[in-house]
Amino acid sequence: MTNSDTPPAKVHDLGGEPGGAAIDRAERAVTFWEQRVDALLVLLADRERRIMDVAELRRGIESLGPEAYDSLNYYERWAASIASTVVEKGIVTQAELDQRVAEIRARKTAGQ
Amino acid sequence: MSARFKIGDRVRIDDRDPPVHHRVPRYARGHVGVVERLCGAFGQPELLAYGGDGDPAQMLYRVHLKQTELWADYAENPDDTLEIEIFEHWLSPA
Repeated sequence: MTNSDTPPAKVHDLGGEPGGAAIDRAERAVTFWEQRVDALLVLLADRERRIMDVAELRRGIESLGPEAYDSLNYYERWAASIASTVVEKGIVTQAELDQRVAEIRARKTAGQ
Repeated sequence: MSARFKIGDRVRIDDRDPPVHHRVPRYARGHVGVVERLCGAFGQPELLAYGGDGDPAQMLYRVHLKQTELWADYAENPDDTLEIEIFEHWLSPA
């Protein structure tokens, strides 16, 4: 193979790597928060707004680092990438994001 | 826009991995296939990924490769193929 001497695959580029366990092909329901994350990207990327491109979503996911990439699920990766992109573009500040996360955490704690 | 390749042309996918977002998986790099169709022109992901407008747009091709070309130890049906979409700036004549 011509590419056998290239460096190890990036964390997201797994085609041809040993797979380990068999792929879990079971269907599962998409949760409400996952639908909201999907809808958020659709709105950010639509022709009217063009705030974010799907290539930016991918760049954000590929930039997570191996540890985060492996520990987050599919839509968690989307959420992390969308968050970093809107902060990078100055649409939301990191402080606003942190404050909102703190509010939600507090609400969840109070509700337990 | 004008297209450098036409259906049936043999093309080699670049064996490179720039440190940016791009759409070419490692296993396909450096391999030779045949143009199956022209998909149209689209903005370059390498530019769109960083807030750019993706211009100049590049022709996107569906490239047809034999699995035995991709995997030296391929043990399934030798007629198995893969089709993958690759931008013109990642292809050269083969």
